Amino acid sequence: MSENHIVASFDNDMSKLESLFQEMGDIVLVQLKDATRALRKEDRDLAKKVVKGDKQLNELERDLNDLAIKILALRQPFAIDLRYVLTTLKSAGHLERMGDLTRNMAQRTRTIAKAEAETGPIETLIRMSKLVQGMTETILEAYKSRDGELAKKVRAQDEKVDMAHNSLFRELVTYMMEDASNISACMHVLFIAKNIERMGDNIADIAKEIIYMTTGDWPEGKRAKSDKTSKIIFS
Amino acid sequence: MIIETKTSQAIQSNTPTIMTANNVDVFYGKKQAICNVSLNIPENQITALIGPSGCGKSTFLRCFNRMNDTINICRVSGEIKFSGQNIYDPKVDVVALRSRIGMVFQKANPFPKSIFENVAYGPRIHGLAESKDELESIVIRSLKRAGLYDEVSDRLSEPGTSLSGGQQQRLCIARAIAVDPQVILMDEPCSALDPIATAIIEDLMETMKKKYTIVIVTHSMQQAARVSQQTAFFHLGELVESGDTQAIFTNPIQERTQNYISGRIG
Ligand SMILES: Nc1ncnc2c1ncn2[C@@H]1O[C@H](COP(=O)(O)OP(=O)(O)OP(=O)(O)O)[C@@H](O)[C@H]1O
Ligand SMILES: [Mg+2]
Repeated sequence: MSENHIVASFDNDMSKLESLFQEMGDIVLVQLKDATRALRKEDRDLAKKVVKGDKQLNELERDLNDLAIKILALRQPFAIDLRYVLTTLKSAGHLERMGDLTRNMAQRTRTIAKAEAETGPIETLIRMSKLVQGMTETILEAYKSRDGELAKKVRAQDEKVDMAHNSLFRELVTYMMEDASNISACMHVLFIAKNIERMGDNIADIAKEIIYMTTGDWPEGKRAKSDKTSKIIFS
Repeated sequence: MIIETKTSQAIQSNTPTIMTANNVDVFYGKKQAICNVSLNIPENQITALIGPSGCGKSTFLRCFNRMNDTINICRVSGEIKFSGQNIYDPKVDVVALRSRIGMVFQKANPFPKSIFENVAYGPRIHGLAESKDELESIVIRSLKRAGLYDEVSDRLSEPGTSLSGGQQQRLCIARAIAVDPQVILMDEPCSALDPIATAIIEDLMETMKKKYTIVIVTHSMQQAARVSQQTAFFHLGELVESGDTQAIFTNPIQERTQNYISGRIG
């Protein structure tokens, strides 16, 4: 396909849309890294920075929405352009939600740090976060290079996040059963883990969008999901 | 068959075909304007022909009612079937054919006669009305079907040319409908109309397709996307791709289609 539109300003709008999306993605990644580090170090200042940083993401998403609407209204894109605008618009919504989730992580971290509470084992949680960070990087790459195959790989990786979430759930419940005074902090960690797990889901949804963008077809079949925590009970 | 490799997504296979073009070539003198085009026209649906200026859309459209016969240097070969019969068969009565397959042109071209006479002309020469009353009811029914009656009911004896551009175009549609055709060919019917008059005609086409099959040439991709169920993209006299309109406009197979509909330099 030719790169350029006959109307050059159309190209400008499209590349502006792409760079807004990339900027949002880069910020989400930094937010997740910072939120994770803040938890690990019980760093209240860093956590505060993450909470504040979410505002920027909301603003970028608003700009991106405005631009996407302008493109749809004024350019009436077809074919790959239409799919590209829609994919970016919907995926930006997922990035924004990921931002909300990191914000919530950071708020809980502040609470834990303030109470100097004992969180119990969080290595698994750090591992989950690393997995999701890697997925975020790869999905941004897949978007940039319009690589549906790469997006498929990312979509499959979400299962690992679910599995890590399952084992973390078990670990924390065991920890809480050992000593009831752990419960309060552990509950926060559990919610943080759930946040990260949902970030994985958001990335998997972006992957689906990118597969549609590159092929024009929605991926067939359900992706493997392994979040079993809704079925786990200890007695 | 060639079209199968080019079709992005076959129009629902259960829709009956009313016209079929098989390996059609058209020449103006030595210059070839249409190269080996095959296309099915699904019944009671709207087929849009799109493509850059000069790609042969009008030429191909005119093949469907042998309008090209009126151009001296024009030569058509291949086969165009209508209800199973090759319309280029020498035995075919061209006047009768054109009453089955009507045409509406880019520029509304009412006869220099009254609104009534414009519509009555066809049924009269084809002997479709036994009496004056019957003729009148045909005229009124046609004007109604063309969505024009309410606007002109009190001025049927005024000249057709006294109407607005959009009304004139609907008068031409009424004139085409009056001889009770099965297929209506439209060559850029809205290109001289404002958005409201265009919307009225598009809305009319939507209701018309219950009774008629429509093939429309349009330069507006938005219009093709809005009104048609099948889209065929032409380039340099070739049919590049045809298929379900939604598939063509969201995910065309051919790069040339992609470039054209997304406004890229091909
Ligand atoms: N009467 C004619 N005599 C000679 N050549 C003709 C005639 N009509 C059309 N052509 C040529 O045939 C080719 C196809 O023309 P046609 O009018 O079918 O294109 P089109 O797709 O309808 O273009 P447009 O969108 O501008 O109406 C052009 O190269 C044109 O110059
Ligand atoms: Mg033409």
